Amino acid sequence: MNALVQLAAEEPQNPPIPPIPELVIGLIAFAIVFGFLAKKLLPNINKVLDERREAIEGGIEKAEAAQIEAQQTLEQYKAQLAEARHEAARLRQEAQEQGAALIAEMRAEGQRQREEIIAAGHAQIEADRRQAAQALRQDVGKLATDLAGKLVGESLEDVARQSRTIDRFLDELETKAASAETGAAR
Amino acid sequence: MSSDQMLAFEVDCHIFDGCGFPAPGLHSFIFEPMFTIGGFEFNKPILLALLSTVVVVGFFWAAFNKPKLVPGKLQMVGEAGYDFVRRGIVYETLGKRDGEKFVPFMVALFFFIWIMNLWSIVPLAQFPVTSIIAFPAGMALLVYVTWMYLTFRKHGFGGGLKNLTGYDKSLGAVLPLVVVIEFFSNTLVRPFTHAVRLFANMFAGHLLLVMFTIAAWYLLNGIGIAYAGVSFVMVIVLTAFELFIQAVQAYVFVLLAANYVQGALAEHH
Repeated sequence: MNALVQLAAEEPQNPPIPPIPELVIGLIAFAIVFGFLAKKLLPNINKVLDERREAIEGGIEKAEAAQIEAQQTLEQYKAQLAEARHEAARLRQEAQEQGAALIAEMRAEGQRQREEIIAAGHAQIEADRRQAAQALRQDVGKLATDLAGKLVGESLEDVARQSRTIDRFLDELETKAASAETGAAR
Repeated sequence: MSSDQMLAFEVDCHIFDGCGFPAPGLHSFIFEPMFTIGGFEFNKPILLALLSTVVVVGFFWAAFNKPKLVPGKLQMVGEAGYDFVRRGIVYETLGKRDGEKFVPFMVALFFFIWIMNLWSIVPLAQFPVTSIIAFPAGMALLVYVTWMYLTFRKHGFGGGLKNLTGYDKSLGAVLPLVVVIEFFSNTLVRPFTHAVRLFANMFAGHLLLVMFTIAAWYLLNGIGIAYAGVSFVMVIVLTAFELFIQAVQAYVFVLLAANYVQGALAEHH
C-alpha cells in the first residue's frame, strides 16, 4: 500500500496523458490484429462469401436458364405444329387441285373419245349407206331389166348393161329428187 | 496481482477496525511492472493488450482460416460478427462502394477494442485495457491520420481545408464563426473526444466495479455485513452493465471512425 501511494506520489497523476510505451505497444498490438485480418483472414472469408453468393445466385440463374429453355422448346414445338398444320392444309389443297385437274382431264379425254366414237360411227354409217345405195342401185337396175326383159320377151340384160341406160335413168331420177329437195328447202 | 486486488484482499482492513476505507482512485490504474527490459516496464495492461491481440487473431484464425461454403458453428459466429461491422457500421455510413476497403480496418478496430474492454469483467484480468488512455489514444490517432490523409488526398489542400472548416459561402455573416468552430472541432476536439470517450467510459466503469468490490470486502464486519451484501449485488449488476457498455463503446468508437472517414470522402458542400 505504501509502495503504491509512493508510486502515486512520484508520478504526477494525469490519466489523459498517454504513457509512450503503452501507446507503442497498443499500436503494435492493433497492427498485428489488423495485419492478420486484412491480409489473410478477411480475404479468406470474403472469397467464401462470394462463392456462397455465387452458388445461390448460380442456382437461381440455372433455374432461369432452364425455364427459358423450356419456353424456347415450347415455342419451337408450337411453331413446328403450326408449320405441320399449314403443310397439311397445303397438301390437301394441292391434292384437291390435282384431283380437279385430273377430273377435268378425264372429262376432256372422255369427251374426245366420245366424239371420236361418234365420228367413227357416222363414218361407218355413211359407208354402209353408200354401200347399201350401191347395192340397191345395182339390184334395182337388175330387177328393172329383168322385168323389162320378161315383158319384152327377150333378154336385154347384156345390152342394157353395155349401154348404161339404166344408170343414166337412175341418175336423172336422183338429180330430180335433189332439185326437188333444194326447192323444198328454199 | 493488480493494485485494486491488493487493496481489496491483501490488506486486511475492515470497517470498525479503525481502518479507513481504502478508496480506489488513480492509483488503481497504475501497475507495478511484472518485469523490466532495459527500462521498458512490462505491466498488466500491456500483457492484456497483447492477449487481446492473441484472442482476436486466434478467434478469427480458428473461424476464417479454412472457411467452408457451408459454415461450421465457429465460422458462423465469426461471419455474424464480421457482417455486423461490415453491414451494420461500414456499409451503413460509407456505402458499399466506398466502404469496402475500410472494412478490415473497422473490423479489426471493433473486435480489438471490444476484447480490450472485455478484460474488465474477466476473472483474474479484471482490468479494461482501454482505461489506460494510451490504448484508445493510439487507435484514435490511427483513425485521425486516416481521416486527414483521406481528406487531403481526395480534395487537395484547399479543398481539404474547406472540407475541414465546413466552408460554405451561403452561410454569409456567420461563416467566419462556423469556419473557426468547425476547424477547431475537426482537427482538435473530435480526435480528442474520440479517444477520451472510450477511455473515460472504461475508466469510470472500472472505478465503479473496484469501488463496490472493495466496499463489499471492507464492510464485511459486524452490522456492515448487510451493506456488504448490497455492495456485492451492485458488483453483479455493474458487471452486467459493463458487459453492455463495453460492446456499446467499441461500437461507438468504430461508428465514429466510419463517420469521420465518410466526412473525409464526402463532397464538400
